Amino acid sequence: MDTLTWAGALGTILNPVLVAGVLVFVAGFVANLAMSLVGMRPGEWVVQADHALKLRRRPVDYALLTMKYATLLCVLAGLGYIVGGLVWMGDPQRAGILGSMAARLLPVWIALLAMFALSILFKRRLGLYGKLFDSPVGMIGLGLVMFWVFCAVFADGIAPHGPIDVISQMRNAKPGSALPAPGDGQFAWYLLGGDNLGRCVFSRMIYGAFEVLKIAPLATLFAFMVGITLGLPAGYYGGRLDTGLTFLANLVLAFPVILLFYLLVTPEIVAAGIPNYLSMVMFLFPILFAAILFNSRYRTQPLRRNLIVGVCVIGGGVAYLSLISNPSDLRLPMLFRLWPEALDLFDVPGNLLIVFVSVVFVNAPTVFRIVRGLVLDIKTRDYVAAAQTRGEGPWYIMLWEILPNARGPLIVDFCLRIGYTSILLGTLGFFGLGVSPESPDWGSTINEGRRLLTIHPHPALPPALALMSLVLGLNLLADGLREESLKD
Amino acid sequence: MAFFILRRTGVMILTALCLTFVVFFLTNLAPNLEKLAKTQGNARMSDAEVASWLDRNGYGGPLVVRYGEWLGVVPGWVRLDEPSGQWRGRCLADGQSPDQAPRRCGLLQGDLGYSTVSNDEVANIIGGRLALTGVLMFWAFAVMVPAALVIGILAGMREGSRTDRALSTFSIGTTATPEYVSGVLFIVLLASSQVGISPLLVNWGWLDGGTLFLGSARSAMDDVTFWNFTLPVITIAFYGIGYIARMTRAAMAEVMTAQYIRTARLKGVSFRNIVLKHALRNALIAPFTVIMLQIPWLLTGVVIVETLFNYNGFGWTLVQAASNNDIELLLACSVVAVFVVLLTQLISDIGYVFLNPRIRIS
Repeated sequence: MDTLTWAGALGTILNPVLVAGVLVFVAGFVANLAMSLVGMRPGEWVVQADHALKLRRRPVDYALLTMKYATLLCVLAGLGYIVGGLVWMGDPQRAGILGSMAARLLPVWIALLAMFALSILFKRRLGLYGKLFDSPVGMIGLGLVMFWVFCAVFADGIAPHGPIDVISQMRNAKPGSALPAPGDGQFAWYLLGGDNLGRCVFSRMIYGAFEVLKIAPLATLFAFMVGITLGLPAGYYGGRLDTGLTFLANLVLAFPVILLFYLLVTPEIVAAGIPNYLSMVMFLFPILFAAILFNSRYRTQPLRRNLIVGVCVIGGGVAYLSLISNPSDLRLPMLFRLWPEALDLFDVPGNLLIVFVSVVFVNAPTVFRIVRGLVLDIKTRDYVAAAQTRGEGPWYIMLWEILPNARGPLIVDFCLRIGYTSILLGTLGFFGLGVSPESPDWGSTINEGRRLLTIHPHPALPPALALMSLVLGLNLLADGLREESLKD
Repeated sequence: MAFFILRRTGVMILTALCLTFVVFFLTNLAPNLEKLAKTQGNARMSDAEVASWLDRNGYGGPLVVRYGEWLGVVPGWVRLDEPSGQWRGRCLADGQSPDQAPRRCGLLQGDLGYSTVSNDEVANIIGGRLALTGVLMFWAFAVMVPAALVIGILAGMREGSRTDRALSTFSIGTTATPEYVSGVLFIVLLASSQVGISPLLVNWGWLDGGTLFLGSARSAMDDVTFWNFTLPVITIAFYGIGYIARMTRAAMAEVMTAQYIRTARLKGVSFRNIVLKHALRNALIAPFTVIMLQIPWLLTGVVIVETLFNYNGFGWTLVQAASNNDIELLLACSVVAVFVVLLTQLISDIGYVFLNPRIRIS
């Protein structure tokens, strides 16, 4: 088997097109910049004698048009690689590395197409989510985010090799290298090369998406639960409670993040059970939140209330106790081994729990401050006064009057915060504090790849670009959402 | 104003006490001390031996008392060693007796303790490291702040224009690129002899051998040059630029819609003068706060960049102290970090009040 080339058979046509596109774009950009520095302005619309509008084009406009068409050309070339890969699906030699990757990603393309088609079709009925499809920035952001989400979902089908399958001859192999002795039905190439232990970089990147997206959104959600449960009363009641909670939040915020991580994630601290105590407190909030939420809503219908709140407390309670306790781990303090093994539904590996809790702990105070600020603003509105006059309880007002009206900024911040959490997780991995040393998450992979960076850049680059594109997607999505929610 | 500063300072001191106590608590947990005893004494000590070693070396007392000793408000421990008849104690040098040495020695007396890993006074280690990080931070700020302000002002002065959209996209891009990603990208693009720009330049004869920039800042510790220091500096600056630029843009865009700007336009002031003389001054209040608050945020960046580029500054020391269980050094590092964070918060609060006449005068 030969080493694959980047573009395969299509390279002879598409590579020059791509290069031409890039060069023309750069030329257009330079020309545009030079002209605007000299002080030339773009053309204006002129009303003609017959009342028709006409754009009187100037050189700046032509430079901009050139840039636009050059971008289009590049996008078309990129699409060409994908289509080529899909056409020559069983023939990686002809499809090249890019084409083969596109072919492996087939489930992602189908899912993305289906999602976009359905969403655009029904966008008027989908509320804020539907409006997202009016903003190009939001659509690009959503596309990037969903690309990685689908990669994570279909990781087993996409990745040609396992995340920790080692082939020692493939150490630091260049992208597109063929396996020395491929087994039956085994994909015979390392599409993006091998890392310093001989594992497939492409597969690890895909599995890394799963590792990151498994933790980041959930951790952000928990941080929001904690922040909302504490921020609502702090803003609504004010006074001593507010002073105390704000002081605590500022305390955590004043802690340098990296120091906090080093203090929370080191083995000695873990052995002392500190993260378990923290998780004991942190994971209580979602149950508390759900219970108060439904209690305040159905207070007047006792039967229904008892049923819903009972389900929340019992279901949540069992999940909570299974989560924090791990009877089989003898290193933990006695407190976390009391829960009977038979009722222990699932065990979260110790390291995962710690990483999760630290990330929640770091994010919660910021959410608290945002929620508190929003509540301070909203509680002066008339509908809150109306609810107070009606005799509604304080928690009903907080959760069912104030919170829904604060959702816009909170949704936007949720998107941004998932991105920030992904960056934090990457930081943890980068310092070797991540889930496990073998974990394919992007931070750890970058950390492993950076040692030989100047000689073998290919193991570190894919996870770096992946992380960047995911966070970029989330930021663009948040931007689109903000823009669209402000239009109301 | 004086009362405001006094109250802020009081809260700051309280916060600092709480934070240092938390760090002290977390670094002095039983497993940490056990590990310390085993590395300092003997790796195969029994539990009883560990306990007696800790007791002999002053780690036996209650946590609050030890925190007081470390802080310098409680007299340091002293004890007479049974077999040798020598005095040992927190503040005693070898062979000193308690009446020759000061009673208290802690943070307040300027004694940061002793690094067990490097066998040196913590104060000696941390001073030089902080100076190195200071140089890095200075250059990072010198690049980041002007670049971010220019981008923010250009984007904000004509909201919604093509320049605005392009620059805003750029700022979003930089905020999505953490230091460990941009550092890797910069090294691959600019500092590798195999890939990126350097081999091309060598090929064209514009560069004789080597690389455009150096991918390690180790040599910059002795002598800072453009060649070895550019990459760490732009890596730190890159992540921060976007955030400051977006804040500046928002402030600028808000100011540009203000009444007095419209008045200035209507009376025929040129656009350049409106931006430079009228809008800029008011638009720079918000970014000032953001820039000050950026300093603690940069701390994480500094730790990452110093690790990535092998620059033995403060961040590198923090990582080393944390991973080697060097308790006193780690405590000193956290004190510095907490101090920097709180001081910048104080300055930004006071500065905001001072810069904004609406708050200053009321």
